[in-house]
Amino acid sequence: MREKTLQLVISFSSTAHAMAVEKYCLEHDLPGRLIPVPKEVTAGCGLAWKAALSEKEILLEAFEKENITYDGVYEVLLR
Amino acid sequence: MYFDNAATTRMKPQCVIDAVCDAMTSMGNASRGAHGSALSASRVVYHTRAKLAEMFHCKRPDHVILTMNATESLNIAIRGAIAPGSHVITTQMEHNSVLRPLYLLEKEKDVTLSFVKADKGGNVKPEQFEELITPQTKAIVCTHASNLTGNVVDIEAVGAICKRHGLLFIVDASQTTGVLPIDMERMNIDILCFTGHKGLMGPQGTGGMCIREGVEVEVFKCGGSGVHSYDKEQPRDYPTRLEAGTLNGHGIAGLYAALNYIEEVGISAIEQKENSLAMRFYEGIRHIDGIRIYSDMKAKQHTGVVALNIRDYDSAMVADALSEDYDMATRAGAHCAPLMHQALGTTEQGAVRFSFSWFNTEEEVDAAIAAIRELAEE
Repeated sequence: MREKTLQLVISFSSTAHAMAVEKYCLEHDLPGRLIPVPKEVTAGCGLAWKAALSEKEILLEAFEKENITYDGVYEVLLR
Repeated sequence: MYFDNAATTRMKPQCVIDAVCDAMTSMGNASRGAHGSALSASRVVYHTRAKLAEMFHCKRPDHVILTMNATESLNIAIRGAIAPGSHVITTQMEHNSVLRPLYLLEKEKDVTLSFVKADKGGNVKPEQFEELITPQTKAIVCTHASNLTGNVVDIEAVGAICKRHGLLFIVDASQTTGVLPIDMERMNIDILCFTGHKGLMGPQGTGGMCIREGVEVEVFKCGGSGVHSYDKEQPRDYPTRLEAGTLNGHGIAGLYAALNYIEEVGISAIEQKENSLAMRFYEGIRHIDGIRIYSDMKAKQHTGVVALNIRDYDSAMVADALSEDYDMATRAGAHCAPLMHQALGTTEQGAVRFSFSWFNTEEEVDAAIAAIRELAEE
């Protein structure tokens, strides 16, 4: 496997919430993209938002301000 | 010529047809994976929710549930949000998609029903609802407009009564979405049920419901959700709670295109055009000897529906003559609205329903007037 680094992963309880985050981030030029939720976060399926760890503050502040729903915030070793 | 738009709008904007074709060549399964095809489907589905939320003033896009049609939405709402033993108020104007789920609750869940009576003009007044409220009343289920006559219920006033008495308010907007403005907040609607293939001009097999924050609708089917796969129960978050299984992504892509088209044209322009066509038809036929009109064309709001009979002719025979001799599509019979036909005294005869859409023209209406005149003279 490729080399892994610690990355920010934000999980959601529904796809609609994940899509809302993607729409908001694209519209506001915020970093990250949707990925399949990693097993370290939940052993199910679904989507998560992945971004560089350094973007954590800027993303969470924006979500807080806009009252955007998400489930959990994780730091996960990903490629 | 197609005058059966209250059943389904047959003429769709070209962008709707193109969107369905594009989706069928590119879209994966929404909420099933993070590859490009799946995400493109998820995006279309989410944007559709957001657009519907905006159109109906539902505060949360994730509270917009996508279903097959208004009937499915009404079944989910009525069976999932009304507790056993409740007293429910509804009206004689309702379609069977409201009546039959309520009758089922009456039979299986000890729910009791009261019906607001329609007057001879086929109208109900908001104060009639209030008169039927008892200490056991928990909900009002009401159409926004009759599918038979196009007569509109003042749902803002009914919503205010629900708010005053703490009642759940479920609205069947099958005949009005895309034609009349709907504001869930202002009208105090708890659950708005609608279809995609009528006034919204989307494909058949699309529809939905908007659920106000804090309103609980119980699970009616379980299955694949794309999230929380190891849970034994259907996830509780909306919309997943009510959306097990693959959505009609291709149809929803068409619905999204239709919503954009309506936004561009403007609901008020659509309302105005359909009203003006219906009024032109009404003015053209009202003085013809032997014509009886059931729609209240003098009301301040009306959908583009005109229901009529010619003398005591069987409505089925008139509709058949219109179809065979004039190539005009109308709807005869009972229109799945048995109590409304009782109120209008048309149970035996039925009625011939003309329903106009954004795509009908004045020339078509004039041809319909001429056809009715000829049939009435036979």
